[in-house]
Amino acid sequence: MKGSRDSVAMAAIGVLGVVAPWVAPTIVTQLAFLWLMILFAITWDMNGGQMGYNSFGNVFFFGIGVYACAVVQRDAGLSYYPGLFVGIGAGALASGAAALILGPAILGIRGQYFAIATLGLTIVAGNLASAWEYIGAASGMATPVYPGAIEYRARFFYFLLFALAALTFVVARTLYRTRVGLAINAIRDDEDKAEAMGLHTSRYKVFMWCVAAMFLGASGGPVGNLVGFIDPQDLAFAGATFGVWMVLMAVLGGKGTLWGPVIGATVFHMTQELFWTYLLGWQRVAMGVLIVVIVVFFPTGILGFAWRRKRPHVGTAKAVADAAVESAR
Amino acid sequence: MENLSVLIEAPILLVQLVVGGILIGAIFALVAYGMALVWGVMKIINIAQGEFVMLGGYVVFYLSRAGIPPLAGVPIAAVVMYCVGLALYRIVIFRVVGRDMFTSILATFGISILLQQLANQIFSADIRTVPSTLPSLLFAGGLVTIPEIKLVSFAAALLVGFALIVFLRQTRLGRAIRATAQNDRAARVLGVDTDHVYAMTFAINCAICGAAGGLVAMTWFVQPYLGLTYTLRSFMIVIAAGLGNVPGVIVAGAGLGVVEEAAGFVLGAEYQTAFIFVLLILILIGRNLALARQRRYLK
Repeated sequence: MKGSRDSVAMAAIGVLGVVAPWVAPTIVTQLAFLWLMILFAITWDMNGGQMGYNSFGNVFFFGIGVYACAVVQRDAGLSYYPGLFVGIGAGALASGAAALILGPAILGIRGQYFAIATLGLTIVAGNLASAWEYIGAASGMATPVYPGAIEYRARFFYFLLFALAALTFVVARTLYRTRVGLAINAIRDDEDKAEAMGLHTSRYKVFMWCVAAMFLGASGGPVGNLVGFIDPQDLAFAGATFGVWMVLMAVLGGKGTLWGPVIGATVFHMTQELFWTYLLGWQRVAMGVLIVVIVVFFPTGILGFAWRRKRPHVGTAKAVADAAVESAR
Repeated sequence: MENLSVLIEAPILLVQLVVGGILIGAIFALVAYGMALVWGVMKIINIAQGEFVMLGGYVVFYLSRAGIPPLAGVPIAAVVMYCVGLALYRIVIFRVVGRDMFTSILATFGISILLQQLANQIFSADIRTVPSTLPSLLFAGGLVTIPEIKLVSFAAALLVGFALIVFLRQTRLGRAIRATAQNDRAARVLGVDTDHVYAMTFAINCAICGAAGGLVAMTWFVQPYLGLTYTLRSFMIVIAAGLGNVPGVIVAGAGLGVVEEAAGFVLGAEYQTAFIFVLLILILIGRNLALARQRRYLK
């Protein structure tokens, strides 16, 4: 039952995603960023919600992807499209490799210590990127100009990001249904017990971190090209914006659920696009207020809230128990 | 890196770095002690710690602009921040006490963004300094310079720390705070109003940060985005020293100050921030390895 409802929703979103650039041609760039936000929220939730490793620094991998792609485009001597796609692949691989190398050490850190270590990670990366001449240091890097007609540019990157976000969702959905999903949920619920039961916890943790990192890295290339200019601390390693948003969107939608991050990202991005411009410089103040309000009053997010509301109407004891477990997360 | 050879040729500069680092370290230790207090009593890691320092700095800056000498401004900053802390506790923090660590980290992270951006909007992003009239002391033929203001703020930091320890040991409220840190349920059973204790702890922490911020403004500068480095420095010191270990906090603070001064001198200022955060990650990984070794030992 649930599976078929999932498929219907996925098909509907897929159709919407394909036709959206023609339905709303004026906001294609914003829609492209919507898919990016959904990708951000899902990849954050892979670690934060499903595995219990609340990272404040996943934007680190996004930044690596942005730079890896830009460097490949600049130095590999390929023409635009091959350069871009090789760059996206390189971004994914570089981020995955970074997660693989750093993972065993950093994922050994637990709970709040992990959160703060990852917070430091992004800032280190941002600072180093601002000082490294090879990638333009603090003055940033310009990405190559899109060769096609200008009106196709936004649409092209829209479909790239749409495809990546859809792929991320499908991979996440598949993984959550396999042993990996069970294992990382067990790690979230009680890591020591999971280890005592014979799970190779660090292997699962590093694997999941790599998956999230690879998608984040892959998304870096299109975004760098869509924006056209890479600033080390405002775009690539933007801890104060993207880094915070990731966490916020997943928590807003309901962390530890499949659809929560998607819903959270959509609601958040729409709110941001619709109302943010009226705040005139006070956006980031509002962001602080928003974080506090969401975390303090709606810690289970939109989905958790909806499930709690639904509980009295659901008949079976099992559904009630499931809803209680879900909302307790 | 050429500064490294300068350092080898003139080892007397090392004295400058060490003394300067220890003087800075006292302020770091003060902020870290406040963080350890909140962490130990309320089980909250306060990410907004550095923002309280920053706000205290602004209080002293605006007071000195209004003609009040900076040193007199420091206690006022403490009082102002005490009120801010109390208000924050009553509005937000009491709701996250006793919830999981992630909630409190994220909530205080939100507060930190809020305060930082408010400061940016209200006070502007300019770097502000409080002019000091005190001269610098010269040693070793001018190779070692120590601004008197650093000595003054060092003494003030020690004084605040000492007053805090006496308060926690001797007064009724201080004992209640320590009792709550040891076991909050038992404290409640024995009639301690833990909500009041939490409010006082948080407000006192804010006051400490406010005073430290005043000293920071006098010694260096204030700027809206200065907070996170102070938060992470305190975090590092607390991890290295452990909760409730006062000598440890002082030693770790001084050590961090010296290491940071030396790194800033050798690597150059643009890598100083990166260095602090790399050090943080290394300390966390090192702590984790030490724990893992203990675990193997237990097997």
